[in-house]
Amino acid sequence: MSKAERRVVVTGLGVLAPNGHGLDEFTSALRAGRSGIRHHAHLEELNFACQVGGIPENVEQFQGQYLSADELFAMNANMIYAAIGAIDAWKDAGFEVPGPDVEADWETGAMIGTGIGGIDTISQTLGPRVDAGKVRRLGSTMVEQIMSSGNSARIAGLLALGNQVSTNSSACNTGTEAVVMGAQRIRDGLATRMLAGGSEGHSHYIWAGFDAMKVLNRTKNDDPAAASRPMSASAAGFIPGSGAGVLMLEELESAQGRGARIYAEVLGGALNCGGHRQGGSMTAPNPNSVQRCIRGALADAGIAGTEIDAINGHLTATFADPHEVNNWSKALERAPADMPFIHSTKSLIGHALGAAGGLECVASILELHHGFVHGSINCDDLHPELEAFAGAVVHETIDLPSLRTIAKASFGFGDVNGCVIFRKFA
Amino acid sequence: MENQDVFDKVVEILKPFAKNEEALGNISLETSLQKDLEVNSARLVDIVLEIEDSFDIEVSDDDADGVNTVGDAVKLIVAATS
Repeated sequence: MSKAERRVVVTGLGVLAPNGHGLDEFTSALRAGRSGIRHHAHLEELNFACQVGGIPENVEQFQGQYLSADELFAMNANMIYAAIGAIDAWKDAGFEVPGPDVEADWETGAMIGTGIGGIDTISQTLGPRVDAGKVRRLGSTMVEQIMSSGNSARIAGLLALGNQVSTNSSACNTGTEAVVMGAQRIRDGLATRMLAGGSEGHSHYIWAGFDAMKVLNRTKNDDPAAASRPMSASAAGFIPGSGAGVLMLEELESAQGRGARIYAEVLGGALNCGGHRQGGSMTAPNPNSVQRCIRGALADAGIAGTEIDAINGHLTATFADPHEVNNWSKALERAPADMPFIHSTKSLIGHALGAAGGLECVASILELHHGFVHGSINCDDLHPELEAFAGAVVHETIDLPSLRTIAKASFGFGDVNGCVIFRKFA
Repeated sequence: MENQDVFDKVVEILKPFAKNEEALGNISLETSLQKDLEVNSARLVDIVLEIEDSFDIEVSDDDADGVNTVGDAVKLIVAATS
């Protein structure tokens, strides 16, 4: 088999989201339009303007089922979320967690990205102790908790991974970028399986910078479930989220050879950057690069824009939402009245930053697998610039057994873009 | 402090770091932290910090380097607290 013929499928999923842990809970929350956004007292006490956010619930109650006391001793929230997502994806793909004496699995790697990483460890432990002259009191766990690759490095040890193990970082594009990179590695013949996705902790030190930029919605502290409002006329900034979404990507023949369940095929993907030109900047996307990225993913998948049945957008609830939808329309070469279904998982879980792409890829694949498109809540007052697209916006969950092809894109600070096309495997 | 009390507290400190449950179940003064309990060598500095906090003592780097067994830790603590 030539490398060009190597096809990549998804054989496992792991999800730890603010509105559900595990595939059953998460699917149920998506279908029901259940928000995971809550008010958090510590944000109010610290004078955050935005006092709501998405945090996976009750993790301390079950993290011990995944991780030993010794492992947890050296892990922050970002690492714990990544590990739970990866172990769940691993088991969902039909594998057992290996014991300490097995040989490394040379054919399986991990590309688990993060946007910010272990800033809670830096802020709460490293900085204060070093500044107080207590370097010796840091103990042994600082480096593994603050190194950018800490989340994937821990997973390698838990699962005996022997192929490439690394952490990518491209801000809000991180998770989607990881999936595109992981799939490419398999297509290139360099790995048989890659755990790919993203994780982000819930540290208020992460969220503080966005709060100071005034890009978070500060108008719904008393109504958390209504706070994340992508595509809405009353959108007033995104809501920070956290968690992990991880996919087990696998070469098709390997998956078929071991009789694995195949959720979907990764048909193609693309990554690029707008170079902070033509309207692009550190914080805004170059529209040409967004369109080129979507077109690049279509070309890589070998399909036309008319074959896209649904879009799981980036759609964060900032001023950029109408621009994004217009970019989709141009890139797919489909008029507003002819657009595929469009929706935002962030309306339910907030914007999980480095985890967003991973979580939203999991959502997209569950939608393909079960044949539905989840409702994008909180945009009943559709943004006036999106009126022409009103027929495509999914407000309430619809059953759609014919759903075959879904496009997922992420656009991040730095003017970076990622788009991946999933198709139901048949 | 009685040696038995020190031993019991040291065992509690070691529990989260011990990877070999069987060795932990049969723990004695002769038990080696790394060979028997399979404590990650990097975590020895964390165990020393826990000992310092629990017994309100300071352990020099040289003394810490000499701790190989549970008995070494107990002996060091008893000497520092008596």
